[in-house]
Amino acid sequence: MARLRVDFIACQGRGLCAEALPELITLDDWGFPIVSGQPVPPRLWPDARETVRSCPLLALRLERVNR
Amino acid sequence: MTRSAVSLGAAVRPSSAAAPGALPRLLPLCPPRPPRPASLDSHLSRYGPPPCSAPGQRDMRTLIAEVGRAGLTGRGGARFPTADKLAAVAAGRAPAVIGNGTEGEPASAKDKVLMARSPHLVLDGAVLAAQMVGASQAVIVAHRDALDILGQAAAERRRARLDQVRVTVRAAADRFVAGQASAVVRWIEHGVPAPTAMPPRLSDRGLGGRPTLVQNVETLAHLALIARYGARWFRSVGTPAEPGSMLVTVAGAVREPCVLEIAIGTPVGQVLDLAGGPAAPLHALLLGGYCGAWVDAAQAVGRPFSAAGLAGLGAEPGAGLIVALPAGACGLAETARVVRYLADESAGQCGPCRFGLPAVASELERVAGGRPADLGLLRKWLGQVDGRGGCAHPSGAVRLVRSALRTFGTELTQHAAGSCGGTAQVLPVPSPGPR
Amino acid sequence: MSSQVLWFVSRGSGLALLAGFSAVAVLGIAARLGSVPKGWSRLGLGELHRTLALFCVAFLGLHVLTAILDPYVTIGWAATVLPFASPYRATAIGLGALAVDLGGTVLITSLARRRLGYRAWRAVHWLGYLAWPAAFWHSVTAGADLRTWWVTLMVWGCAAAVATACLARLLSWRPL
Repeated sequence: MARLRVDFIACQGRGLCAEALPELITLDDWGFPIVSGQPVPPRLWPDARETVRSCPLLALRLERVNR
Repeated sequence: MTRSAVSLGAAVRPSSAAAPGALPRLLPLCPPRPPRPASLDSHLSRYGPPPCSAPGQRDMRTLIAEVGRAGLTGRGGARFPTADKLAAVAAGRAPAVIGNGTEGEPASAKDKVLMARSPHLVLDGAVLAAQMVGASQAVIVAHRDALDILGQAAAERRRARLDQVRVTVRAAADRFVAGQASAVVRWIEHGVPAPTAMPPRLSDRGLGGRPTLVQNVETLAHLALIARYGARWFRSVGTPAEPGSMLVTVAGAVREPCVLEIAIGTPVGQVLDLAGGPAAPLHALLLGGYCGAWVDAAQAVGRPFSAAGLAGLGAEPGAGLIVALPAGACGLAETARVVRYLADESAGQCGPCRFGLPAVASELERVAGGRPADLGLLRKWLGQVDGRGGCAHPSGAVRLVRSALRTFGTELTQHAAGSCGGTAQVLPVPSPGPR
Repeated sequence: MSSQVLWFVSRGSGLALLAGFSAVAVLGIAARLGSVPKGWSRLGLGELHRTLALFCVAFLGLHVLTAILDPYVTIGWAATVLPFASPYRATAIGLGALAVDLGGTVLITSLARRRLGYRAWRAVHWLGYLAWPAAFWHSVTAGADLRTWWVTLMVWGCAAAVATACLARLLSWRPL
C-alpha cells in the first residue's frame, strides 16, 4: 500500500504535481496541493512515482505503508 | 501572572518527606506570600532526595517501565505516552534532552507558574529524563517570566553538586508556535522558532542530528515524583484511563483566575469553583488552548475534565486551559480576534497556513462585525486548511473556528442581522511586537 | 572518417549545443519566475528543461568525441575535463572543459537529487549560471564562424535569450 505525502514546509505551490496526477492531486484556493489520504491504486503507481520525481522542491513523497 | 491555589475539599498535609497523599503534588502546599520559588532545602525536605545518583542501565530500564505503568502522558497538549518516548530516545546514540517551558499560549500560565514556584521539581525531572535516556546534559527552554528563577535554581544545584547531569537553562522565543517540539529544537540550533518537517522524528534525529527527547516541563515534574513514589502512587488520583494530576489555568469570568493542580477527571464545574466560581453567568468555555474548542458552559460543567469526558463535546483538555466566557461577551468576536492572532503567528512556511488562516480570519472578522459574510466560503476554506501544514497550527485554528460556529449558533443568526450585543473582551491577545 | 567530416560534425554539433543549452538555461530560469503565461504548463516546462538537458549531454558526447578524434588538431583526452590542458588553442578549449566540469557537476547532483537533499542540490545548481557563460565563450572563441551571418545571428540570439531570462528573474525577485 502506498500513500502520497506532501511536505508543506518544502512545498511552494508550483503546481506541477496537480498537472501530473490530476486523479489524486488538486490545488486549493492558494495553489497548494490537496492530496487524497487514500492509498494510491496500483495502476497509478508509475504515474505517482513520476509525479514525485517531477516536484522541483522534492516536497512530494510516496510512502510505503504496511498496515 | 496568576497565582497557584491550594486544592479545596482535600486534606492538606503538612510538608514531609513522605509520599504526598493529596493534591497539590507539583505546586507548593501553602503558597508563600509574596510569591517566591521553593528553595532547594524546602524542596528536598518536602519530597526527599532525588531518586538516583549513579544509576545503572538496568535501573533506568526499570524506571522507564515504571513510568509506563504509571501511565504518564505528555502535559504539553499532545498527551503522548511518556514511557514510549523515553524508550524510543533511550534506544538511540548520544541522545539529547530538552525541557519545554516555552508556553507560547498567551492565556495559559501553568508552565510559568510551575517553573517559578517549583523549579527544582522541573530540574529533577530534566536530570532524571537525561539519566533515563543516557544523555549527559539537559537543556530547559523557559519562558522569560520564569527564566531567572529557573536559572538561579540550576545554579543553586550546581553549587550543591547535586546532579550528575549538567543542566542549562535558555530563554524561549516569544512566538505562539515556538512551543512546538521541533520549533524548540530549531530555536536552540539556529535561533529560528519555526517547526521543521517530520520525518525524521525528533526521537530519531533532532538536536544536532541526535535522538532528542522534548518534554513539557510539567511532564518532567511528574516524572520526578513517579521516580520517588512509584506508579501506584501516581495512579491514586485521576481516572484509570487517564491517571494522575494535571495543572490547569482557569481564566476569564471567574472570581479568582489562577493556576490549579487537579486530579484528571475532576468535573469542570468543580474546577471553576476552585477558582472562586463564575464571576457572572457563563455562556461558554474555551477548553484546551487557542487551538482548542469552545463548549457550551451549561453542557460542560457536569463533565469530567479529561479526554474521555470532553470528547463528547468535541473538546480536549489540551494544554489545561479553561477560559470562562461571560454572557456579556461575544464568542464570535473573541474567536475572530484569536484567529487573527493565530494567523499572524503562523511561521509562514506552509501555503495553506500562510494564506488560508488570514483568509479565514478576514471572513470571521466580517461575521463578528455584522458585515455580510460568506459562511459557505468560510467552511470551504476551513476544509482546505485543516490537516495541511508542517505542524498542527492550522488544524488547531480550524478546530477553534468550527467549535465557535457550533457553540455560538444563536450569535451567528444575530450577527447576520447586525449584532448580538456582546461587548467584553476576555481572551488575551498580545499585540504584535517587534520581531 | 575524414578529417573534414569530423570537423563539420564537431562544429555543427557545437552550434546545436549552444542553442540547446541556451534553451535549457532559459527554461530553468523561467521555472523560478512567479507566474507562467496562461495555458502554458509548468510541468511541461519543467520536464522539457530536464529532458533537453539530458539530450544535450548525450549530444555533447558526440561534439567532444569528434573534436578529439579529428587528426587535424591535437587536443587530447585530458583537455575534455582539464581546463587549459589542450595544446591547440588552450584558452578556447579550456573554456569548453570548464563548461563540462561545471555542467557535469550540475548533472550528477541532479541525478542524485533525492539522496542529496533539496538544499545541497540547489546550491550546486547555481553553478549553471557559470557553466552557460563558459560554454558560450567557448563557442565564440573556439567554434563560431562569425563571418557567416546566420551563425552570428544564432550566437547572439542565444545570448539575448539567456540575458532576457536573467533580467526577468532579477526583476521578479521578491525580498524574502
